[in-house]
Amino acid sequence: MTHPLQLVGEGLRKEYDRRPVFRDVSFSVSAGETLLVTGRNGSGKSTLVKIICGVLTPGGGTLSFRQDGGVPPGEQRDLVGLVSPYLQMFEEFSAVENLSIAMGIRGLTFDAKAADVLLERVAIFPRRHDAVRTYSSGMKQRVKYAFALIHTPPVLVLDEPMSNLDAEGIAIVRGVMEEQRGRGILVVATNDLSDIGSYDRRVDLNERR
Amino acid sequence: MSAGKSSARAFLRSAGSVFLKDWRSELRTRYAVSALLMFVVTTISIILFSLGSEGASPDALSGMLWVVVFFAAMSGLSRTFVMEEERGTTLTLQLLAPPGAVFFGKLLFNIVLVSGVNAVTVLLYAAFINGFVIRTMSIFIVTVGLASLGFAAAATVIAAIIARANTKGTLYPVLSFPIVLPLLLSVINATRMASEGAFFTEAAGEFQLLISYIVVVVVASSMLFEFIWKD
Repeated sequence: MTHPLQLVGEGLRKEYDRRPVFRDVSFSVSAGETLLVTGRNGSGKSTLVKIICGVLTPGGGTLSFRQDGGVPPGEQRDLVGLVSPYLQMFEEFSAVENLSIAMGIRGLTFDAKAADVLLERVAIFPRRHDAVRTYSSGMKQRVKYAFALIHTPPVLVLDEPMSNLDAEGIAIVRGVMEEQRGRGILVVATNDLSDIGSYDRRVDLNERR
Repeated sequence: MSAGKSSARAFLRSAGSVFLKDWRSELRTRYAVSALLMFVVTTISIILFSLGSEGASPDALSGMLWVVVFFAAMSGLSRTFVMEEERGTTLTLQLLAPPGAVFFGKLLFNIVLVSGVNAVTVLLYAAFINGFVIRTMSIFIVTVGLASLGFAAAATVIAAIIARANTKGTLYPVLSFPIVLPLLLSVINATRMASEGAFFTEAAGEFQLLISYIVVVVVASSMLFEFIWKD
């Protein structure tokens, strides 16, 4: 019997300069499920997102990815794709070059056709060779989705997923969320429940201070 | 064994891709090259005007060459990390690569950059500064090569530290000086030997010191880098 991928947080805690952000945060979410993270401004939603993505170390507790055969610590990075307002693209490069750079730095092979399909999906294809610095903020947000999905991560983490998007962009993101639910784990940090529709697990950081 | 090999290959590929990203970015923006070359030209001009037609001792000229190289390196090499911080792409790199791959990619970029700038500096200095004569070229070439590696190694980790500080510009040379001082003393000595016409074997002690310095700085930096980079 095989076990699907699980993302498990146990007793997570974080402080900045001894000021507690949150404490005793625990959750468990499996492939096919959605974890919703809510909390008022400053409650630590983005901090928890960064811990899940492995770029911040928690002050206490553990975060683990569990699947058959285990996940080597160095490979956790490749399990996650992140979209957030504070994630920036390499703006002197085009959208295609950003995806190629991302795959190269991950140590993976870049598939130009897969990149084109992805850029078509987020409606950036006609401008794919223009430098990202020439894009509008909504277009940059769409490139972030391509950037997060290019390595088909089993865990997709979205912080304020609808930032800067128009109606067409919101529809694209809803499609991406739906597809991710069928493929792996979806983590969404937002206070706008209309962004997400339904969810399976919820962490309310207002209760964890 | 094969898993180890493939993860080593992925690490090298990752570090190489960080280097290529920075290299292509530099070709497009020319931030670091412009800053470094402007600094070198300005400083050599000032030395030229100060000396006028009067000469200076080989010791003084050797020292002045490395003063130019030190401040040029310190003004340009910090860009690799400061630019990531200013453009908000530090998080992007953290998501993509293990800390070690980022460190070695940035180190490789700084080695290429400082080697090129050192070559230009030495050529301009030799062409325009009266009395700067190299009699043992082999000592001088090895010294410039090792100095480039040493400056790049020290500058890379210091840049990673100061990229997070608010006072980046002033902090960099101040923090760098005590770390780079052993390197500076050795390269000044070796350059003086080269200009006095010493035999290559006479400079072996300085070369051993420089190689030890590079190894210690690279090993210590690669071990500390994860703590600097991650939180």
